[in-house]
Amino acid sequence: MSEQEGMFGVSGTGDTSGYGGLVRTVTNPGSTERPYGGYFDQLADDLERAYPDFADAITKVVVDRGELTLHVKKERLVEVAKILRDKLLFEMCMGVSGVHYPERTGCELVALYPLLSMTKNQRVRLEVCTSEVDPHIPSLVEVYGGNNWHERETFDMFGIIFDGHPGLTRILMPDDWDGHPQRKDYPLGGIAVEYKGATTPAPQNRRSYK
Amino acid sequence: MTTFDPYAATRETTEGTVYSVTGGDWDSLVSEIGEAKEERIIVNMGPQHPSTHGVLRLVLELEGETVTEVRPGIGYLHTGIEKNMEYRSWTQGTTFATRMDYLSPIFNETAYCLAIEKLLGITNDIPERASIIRVLMMELNRISSHMVALGTGALELGAMGPMFFAFREREAVLDTFEAITGLRMNMAYVRPGGVQQDLPEGMTIRLRELVKELRKNFKDNERLLVGNTIWMKRTEGIGYLDLAGCTTLGITGPVLRSTGLPWDLRKMQPYCGYENYEFDVITADTCDVYGRFLIRMAELEQSLRIIEQAIDKLDATHGQPVMVADKKIAWPAQLALGADGLGNSLDHIREIMGSSMESLIHHFKLVTEGFRVPAGQAYAAVESPRGELAAHIVSDGGTKPYRVHFREPSFNNLQSTSAMSEGGMVADIIGAVASIDPVMGGVDR
Amino acid sequence: MGLEEKLPSGILLSTVEGLAGYMRKSSVWPATFGLACCAIEMMALGSSPKHDISRFGMERFSASPRQADLMIVAGRVSQKMAPVLRQIYDQMTAPKWVISMGACASSGGMFNNYAIVQGVDHVVPVDIYLPGCPPRPEQLMDAIIKLHEQISDTKLGANREAVIKAVEQAALKAKPTIQLGNLPHEGMFA
Repeated sequence: MSEQEGMFGVSGTGDTSGYGGLVRTVTNPGSTERPYGGYFDQLADDLERAYPDFADAITKVVVDRGELTLHVKKERLVEVAKILRDKLLFEMCMGVSGVHYPERTGCELVALYPLLSMTKNQRVRLEVCTSEVDPHIPSLVEVYGGNNWHERETFDMFGIIFDGHPGLTRILMPDDWDGHPQRKDYPLGGIAVEYKGATTPAPQNRRSYK
Repeated sequence: MTTFDPYAATRETTEGTVYSVTGGDWDSLVSEIGEAKEERIIVNMGPQHPSTHGVLRLVLELEGETVTEVRPGIGYLHTGIEKNMEYRSWTQGTTFATRMDYLSPIFNETAYCLAIEKLLGITNDIPERASIIRVLMMELNRISSHMVALGTGALELGAMGPMFFAFREREAVLDTFEAITGLRMNMAYVRPGGVQQDLPEGMTIRLRELVKELRKNFKDNERLLVGNTIWMKRTEGIGYLDLAGCTTLGITGPVLRSTGLPWDLRKMQPYCGYENYEFDVITADTCDVYGRFLIRMAELEQSLRIIEQAIDKLDATHGQPVMVADKKIAWPAQLALGADGLGNSLDHIREIMGSSMESLIHHFKLVTEGFRVPAGQAYAAVESPRGELAAHIVSDGGTKPYRVHFREPSFNNLQSTSAMSEGGMVADIIGAVASIDPVMGGVDR
Repeated sequence: MGLEEKLPSGILLSTVEGLAGYMRKSSVWPATFGLACCAIEMMALGSSPKHDISRFGMERFSASPRQADLMIVAGRVSQKMAPVLRQIYDQMTAPKWVISMGACASSGGMFNNYAIVQGVDHVVPVDIYLPGCPPRPEQLMDAIIKLHEQISDTKLGANREAVIKAVEQAALKAKPTIQLGNLPHEGMFA
């Protein structure tokens, strides 16, 4: 027979509150039906007229909280961006923002391009996704030169490789750093803070609400 | 890890001869370089340098005094703020956001909070007084940020006097910040839903005196630099970047306005009630460092105009709430000056401990858990002193952000260093970088 | 001061250590190592007429570390910047002192993550730690004054070697921070 020491102990998470079994479904806004409202309808019409492959390249149009997001297939990204810049007058790209959704298999790494048209005072966002096993997205440096550093940063932080980028190297981390820090499976890397007699756990280890 | 020996002797590499200059005999080094056939040398203006406006590394390829190539190296201040914010609640994120672009903390906070409020859908429920206070703080911050830009820009070009004047004005503004928020810098004052606490009693009188004092003191710097021959020789025609260059590189702010385009988010896509204020958008049409300097000087006066209007509106809305009414979002604490410094007002403590259980629960849950933001993504932009500062927030419906990305103006603007400086002289790089006014905390985040 | 009263006027008696310490503390030249927000407060101390660092003669911030005595590490030190920090420190000539200004320089501050060195004492030896986020210019001035007191009390020669030996012995006997408290720990009854 085995020996049992002590009277108290935890098996499992130790959560006796009952809230541990809470299941919450996260619903992201889905594709929106026409009419979109505001200038979005006009924009979508103009884009369809200027870009005959619209239905093929753009998989989802989401209008949420006053913002228009076009989900673009990554192979068509450069075409769509060129049409938006030349025909629809979206002269400025505000950068590249990367997001990592580990639960969306096949589409984990997302790059977002907010575009701004100063002549028409309009904004639109392009969303492109790619998988972790083959994280390649065509580069938009030829279309919007300012994306040079942004794509380097997204590569540095998420590991998305931008094909056609003139010099894709790390920009924020040291050049020989391993890993891509802002991915969800990369640890925050904090250390426990030592006091006299006790420690405060690092931010990733604290008990906190999800 | 690449080995780097700072005391290595001159050696040949695949890229050419590398000279390590860390002390030693200058004459021997110069004669060595003189013997080399190459006219071009690559100089590293390393991260620690008095004139690079922060920890910016510039790798220059020089041919004599002319710059043939400039490659900026950044990342020396990368703090991982964006990843860190994923481990903090929405309200705690304000303290992180504020330390990014540390010269304009209120703008960081406002962009972040506007994006959260967009996701929550309470943009129209923000009390008017909160929006007025936000505008007031933003314009005061614009003044203090431009003061540092002017002072350090002048210092880097060799003029020491403007630095003292600029920091004198800045101290006046920082005293005001301290009176309102409790801190001089990195205040974490703008919270999702409104602002942290109302202005203290009698603040509007103090603000009016501040405006008078600033208006008088701005003339000192003006008299020193505007029309000053040496200053103009150092800044006119330097750092040229026209409209095509600006739109390609995604540049906004004074650099864009120096090309003549009056693009200002406060006018074009107003937020926080900016459509109710009267002010002008300053432009210049010279596309050079001098034009940007004049724009910044003139924007100071416009900020003072907005502040005066904000003070009048504050007097009109005296006593109104500064936090959104929804009790499930609004930060519950009412702070007041207590015996031990600052703490919850006694009325609030009496309410939560004595009379209302619901208030106590709200206070507890909001401070420990925080509020939940519905899933989705939002992008909110403000016009910071450097350009368009935007927060792009992705939420998964939880109490913590899923992903926060800040579109920093300095990150884009700094890319134009090469375009502005190549072909010019080494000394002009300094002027060009100073006119971009990058804040490395924002560039590297 | 019995002896000084008996001597003709104009003669002052002191110690070599006292004089050297006095000279050194009155002519400290800080090296510009402003990194982030604390750098702005350091600039405010150096250049604003309200807080005036030239009262100590320290307004001449030396960009060249060869001519600097004091390195005020003002701001968060990232992983990429740490080797640069060490190189600048190495280039400074002795005697040199380090003030780690702000919470980020002293301990990593609020940025407990992969990108920030958790305290510059991992990289350079620190004489004064100054907490704050950012510390007010007056707080930095207080740190500088405390450093001046440290500098003026520095021992020289044989006394210095004795001090170094004593510090080494104390460090060898010192318990790690986590064992210094009152919570039950191993060896608490030693």
